Amino acid sequence: MSFLQSHAYYIGAFGLVIIGLFIVLAKRNLIKVIIGLSILDTGINLFLISIGYIRGGTAPIFSRPGIEPAGMVDPVPQALVLTAIVIGVAVLALALALAIQVYRHYGVLDLRKMREQRW
Amino acid sequence: MIIVVSLLVLVMLGAAVAALVFRDLLSAVIASCMVSLLASILFFFLQAPDVAMAEASIGAALITAVFVIAIRRTSRYEE
Amino acid sequence: MRSIVSLILLVVIAVGFGLALLAIPFGAAKTEVGDHYTANGREDTGASNIVTSVVVGYRAFDTLGEITVLFVAALGLGAVVATGSRGNDRREIEPASLVLKTGCRLLFPLILLFGAYVFIHGHVTPGGGFQGGAIIASAFLLVYLGCRGRRIGRISSTVAESLSGLVFVVMGLLGLTVGTGYFLSNFMPHGVLNQVWSAGIIPVIYVAVGFKVGSELAGVIDKLVEETG
Repeated sequence: MSFLQSHAYYIGAFGLVIIGLFIVLAKRNLIKVIIGLSILDTGINLFLISIGYIRGGTAPIFSRPGIEPAGMVDPVPQALVLTAIVIGVAVLALALALAIQVYRHYGVLDLRKMREQRW
Repeated sequence: MIIVVSLLVLVMLGAAVAALVFRDLLSAVIASCMVSLLASILFFFLQAPDVAMAEASIGAALITAVFVIAIRRTSRYEE
Repeated sequence: MRSIVSLILLVVIAVGFGLALLAIPFGAAKTEVGDHYTANGREDTGASNIVTSVVVGYRAFDTLGEITVLFVAALGLGAVVATGSRGNDRREIEPASLVLKTGCRLLFPLILLFGAYVFIHGHVTPGGGFQGGAIIASAFLLVYLGCRGRRIGRISSTVAESLSGLVFVVMGLLGLTVGTGYFLSNFMPHGVLNQVWSAGIIPVIYVAVGFKVGSELAGVIDKLVEETG
């Protein structure tokens, strides 16, 4: 139980990274591979945020007048993950546009069949 | 408290395995949207409200919409 | 051959990542940079949301780089998906029912208002430019899905995107010349804490970022939705 209490978020991030990596390595459909990339991205962001957590800390916002700055969680991983989420959506949108163009050119989305056709 | 977090992590991993297994690409995209939504709730439990809002609005709404539009312009079923 | 190599790669990465995760203590204080930012963030930047003061105050140059990456990705997407004509509907779009159309028309300004609230108050409450911009893009997505056949103007979205990017860079250059002498310095007065008009140039930059991200993501969806089937 104490192992679960201290490692629940780590198990989630680890599971997402491994499942996302398995989809990218083993699946043949191009859009399935891009779905795996999205799951991998979410797993890495969860891992970064769970590193910056401090036990008993609150969110880093001075919303009420009586909050001490010593009892806050780390704000730097949250700023980095904010950037990472936006860049992730930009990369995924561009990857899907390229997948649409590949389908328009080849007619199939299967990676093995694309390797056989020559230019 | 830890029971709620463990349950959410379990459902999130189950949704990720469902995105791996489904052959219908539309169902796999909805499963990945559910992964994003549950990750957004876990971000809130980790005391990060800005990141939770960003993940919920960008990851769960816009990425799913772009995926569905791309599936509509290509094929729907795997192979 | 390929499946064996990928399986070995997966096992190696799983073992390495798992051992690294077991060695990191969960919930312990690890760095000192975060303590410096939470202790001195209010005096240095004037924002009460410390994540905003890190993103737009201490590390504003990284945010400029991130906006550039988003811009280049949207540009690449527009170049790849470009077809010949834009307004030709090759097949008949069936019109939406009256309930759907009225509901979408009623919800659209409310969602825009909420998105604008989120990015205007980015330095006081949780939120900011990126979240507000994504909410605004979702409002345009609702219009595409509900009232079919309506498009946003291509010229107005491009002009809004370019002007807001220009506002960011001009504020940075003003900090170089007028302010304390370095790019993107906080040269406007800090004001009273926890009010909307405070924190120097942070609200101005976040409003520009909100407009830019919103019009950019709405333009991305507009370029992808072409009625070619």
